[in-house]
Amino acid sequence: MSETYDGPLLEIENLSISYYTRAGEIPAVVDFSLTLNAGESVGLVGESGCGKSTVAMAIMRYMGNNGGIVGGSIKFKGRDMVQLDDEELRKLRGSEIAMIYQEPMAALNPSMTVARQLMEVPITHDGVSEDEAWKRAVQMLADVHLPDPERVMNAYPHQISGGQQQRVVIAMALLSNPSLLLLDEPTTALDVTVEAGIVELIGELAQKFDTALLYISHNLGLMLEVCDRIGVMYSGEMVEEGRVNSIFTWPKHPYTHGLFGCIPLPHSDKNARPLMAIPGQLPLPHQRPQGCNFGPRCRFFGDGRCNAGDIRMDAVTTDEDPDHRVRCIRWNEIDHDEAIPKPDERPPIEIGEPVLIVEDMQKYYEITDNSLKALISGDRIKYVKANESITFKAGRSETVAIVGESGCGKSTFAKVLMGLETTTGGTVTLNNVEIGGLEVGNRTPEQLGSLQMVFQNPNDTLNPSHSVGFQIGRVIKKFGVESDPAKVKQRVFDLLDTVKLPRAFINRKPRQLSGGQKQRIGIARAFAGNPSTVIADEPISALDVSVAAAVTELLMDIQREHKTTLLFISHDLSAVRYLADRVVVMYLGQIMERGTTDEVFAPPYHPYTEALLSAVPIADPQVTKRRIVLEGNLPSVLNPPPGCPFATRCPRKLGDICDRERPPLREVEPRHVIACHIEVEELRKVPPVITVSEDYQKEVEDRLGS
Amino acid sequence: MSEMTQETVRAPSFGDKVVRVLKAIALMRESPVGMVGAGLVLFWVIMALIAPFAAPYDPNATMIPFQLPGTVAPDGGTFWFGTDLLGRDILSRVMWGAQTVLFYAPLATFCAYTVGIGMGLLAGYKMGWWDTILSRVADIVLSFPVMVLYVIVIAKFGASGINIVIAITFASAPAIMRIVRGLTLDVRARDYIGAAQTRGEGAWFIMLAEILPNVRGPLIVDACLRFGYVTITIGVLGFLGLGLPPPDPDWGGMINENRSMALSFPHMTVIPCIAISSLVLGFNLLADGLREISIKD
Repeated sequence: MSETYDGPLLEIENLSISYYTRAGEIPAVVDFSLTLNAGESVGLVGESGCGKSTVAMAIMRYMGNNGGIVGGSIKFKGRDMVQLDDEELRKLRGSEIAMIYQEPMAALNPSMTVARQLMEVPITHDGVSEDEAWKRAVQMLADVHLPDPERVMNAYPHQISGGQQQRVVIAMALLSNPSLLLLDEPTTALDVTVEAGIVELIGELAQKFDTALLYISHNLGLMLEVCDRIGVMYSGEMVEEGRVNSIFTWPKHPYTHGLFGCIPLPHSDKNARPLMAIPGQLPLPHQRPQGCNFGPRCRFFGDGRCNAGDIRMDAVTTDEDPDHRVRCIRWNEIDHDEAIPKPDERPPIEIGEPVLIVEDMQKYYEITDNSLKALISGDRIKYVKANESITFKAGRSETVAIVGESGCGKSTFAKVLMGLETTTGGTVTLNNVEIGGLEVGNRTPEQLGSLQMVFQNPNDTLNPSHSVGFQIGRVIKKFGVESDPAKVKQRVFDLLDTVKLPRAFINRKPRQLSGGQKQRIGIARAFAGNPSTVIADEPISALDVSVAAAVTELLMDIQREHKTTLLFISHDLSAVRYLADRVVVMYLGQIMERGTTDEVFAPPYHPYTEALLSAVPIADPQVTKRRIVLEGNLPSVLNPPPGCPFATRCPRKLGDICDRERPPLREVEPRHVIACHIEVEELRKVPPVITVSEDYQKEVEDRLGS
Repeated sequence: MSEMTQETVRAPSFGDKVVRVLKAIALMRESPVGMVGAGLVLFWVIMALIAPFAAPYDPNATMIPFQLPGTVAPDGGTFWFGTDLLGRDILSRVMWGAQTVLFYAPLATFCAYTVGIGMGLLAGYKMGWWDTILSRVADIVLSFPVMVLYVIVIAKFGASGINIVIAITFASAPAIMRIVRGLTLDVRARDYIGAAQTRGEGAWFIMLAEILPNVRGPLIVDACLRFGYVTITIGVLGFLGLGLPPPDPDWGGMINENRSMALSFPHMTVIPCIAISSLVLGFNLLADGLREISIKD
């Protein structure tokens, strides 16, 4: 029956989904409509809690036992999914509709070989023989560009890398040749260079197998690269939909507009053009306002109109896109270009004398190899070179970004600075005191207070059992800032004011706070002892776009005020370009390139910097990028390449010399250093990775000038 | 804004805390199984509390032996549960026995948890040598047959309430340590532990103030289950003659004393059996209920 059907592949009409919990019915998705044609790729963007994953789950009719469709219909190839019984659903799931999840390790069964898991698909859905299933699985692994498919087939999931696991998951999803593939944040858990490879693969395979994609992500830049159309969701509703180009060029909904203001783009600048966070917070599902859900946060809110009644999707007629629709009654009245208030320009930061000096620092971990082979050869002790000759300086008020993918040694470096580990060579000097060999237990309260950290995961940064007041107060007492209870409390109030949170939060437990609020408390805690240096370990990577913008701005305001040195550890080059003064690029424990932000983001590049830059999605259709996809995997730190660490994946590898010899440090400018065998003159000839169209550049300058 | 909010900021009062605890208890209504369990446990707690006033006879007074349940006593009262082979009133003995078991079971569990939590926190937080040594000790104790262990401990120190507590602590602490160690290993990797370390907190502060409160959820459920096990253990020890020295009422001891009459006068053994199993069942259902509630959101 499906062969003769030629209407839209998926039609969702006025879908409403609710969850039933202790607090009563929680409407997760309201009045959601979407049409997806065969072979098309549609994206759903939105912040966490907006209902985008719920939509995907509803399409699979997989909502747990407390969720239910309360209205509307989901038609897949003309059949209403809501009416199907369990047996019919079982046939559809995995064969006609397949899903790819965020965590590849959680999607694969750790106790089964890849082969068994892959072969199960054709055996169950097509009833083929084991031999045939094996053949198909190997073929599919080759299609997802896994080197040596036969070896991967016999491996267990933990024996292959995260990127490879995600490729296996994709292969599994495609094995039954589905007509619809649902991807729920498929690359969020992966490193940027790996992500770039997976994104390219998904696009290529969708073409090859003529599969329709429903791509769910919070990453607008990624959407621009992979989708034909996108839908923007806010608080359970679709607020704007249309073709990628029209949404990115002429967004009509104030929320969509706000989102773009929150993303650091190549032309934003922390002094001249700071990010504009959306004020307020996402309303809880059972506390949504009357009328427009975005109303209370909207600058264009019209009382009596926007909150009068339900707002329907309305077709946008001012551009050529017939699919462009928006849920805003004032879309035609608002001129977003005019209405954008020029953000407050801030004076450039004056960078003071060096506060933190790291000289040739190294951190080796010793591990004992107990294998028989090691026993016989007598070569039992091995070293993991987590950090190797790290050298840089950070001045007062300066922001130094340490960039690299997972396993590059940036977290080890942070641990050494914090005194949780000690160096095995070189020196780390903070405020003229050598702290590299000083464990946290041997540091004075002043030393501890002058170097603090903002952690990555907002849900982990605060102890769930203690109140906010206790946790900040404890730090104040511990660092000897104050000891009198009344003064401690006053200081906690001051800190809450600093991070722009209400004073009543002093009695709150972390579970009563949102992710962004927790991260603010984490910042308040780090600044409690008037630190001279703060390490921020991916402080915004777990936050939603609009929240991240607010936290970034807050962090920089406090830094500016206190003249703090900020070490910003991140893998997100967009954020780094926006806020860092200097950048250190690390790979496998070594520095590949360091210099000022402008120097690092323009040629001459280190080949690794170049690849990183190319891998980061940019949410701006005016920006063109050269595509560089790195082959291969990150080598193991236990057994790093003897020459240049990047030699195994480098697209500009010269030859043998890269494998054999450590690359020389080439000084391009004073304090701009590239560790590469390629001559600087050669590297200078490399064209820039990112180019902004000239018209656009002019337009931006005009707008800023006016 | 700050001036305004300052007025409203106050520490949560004792009343607020009571309200919160009551609300948490009210959640129990959502689990019928848990309610049944709580009811059974509560029943025995009340029995134990009112035993001194409500028990019809002195539990150790010997009257007429071999009376069936419901027989009229010489003083005009009724032996509702009959009498045992020494002529003692079974109802009174069961009520007083509840007091024994509900005193020693929580005490033994509490001691076992204190030791187990201490060992588990040390092993899980300090790792390295601490972990190796404590885990091996725990393995050795766990690999012993528990019954033999009890017999040895009590044969060595003699039968008394305190020795029961020591024996149970010795045998249960390693299992509790395993649980706490696992939970601690998970929690110690959290960022807030890193934050505590980098502000120079001592190991004991981190273990007791930062880690312990965050592992309490699973431990409370486990403690309820363990109450049940300990109740059985106390019964078994009593049965083996290793419990409280006679003639104090003890459910396990009652079964043992009347064992020879089990076929001709089943009520003598069946009634204390029912007492033990209903209390154990109560604890287990309560644990199930708590777990059910804790995984719901």
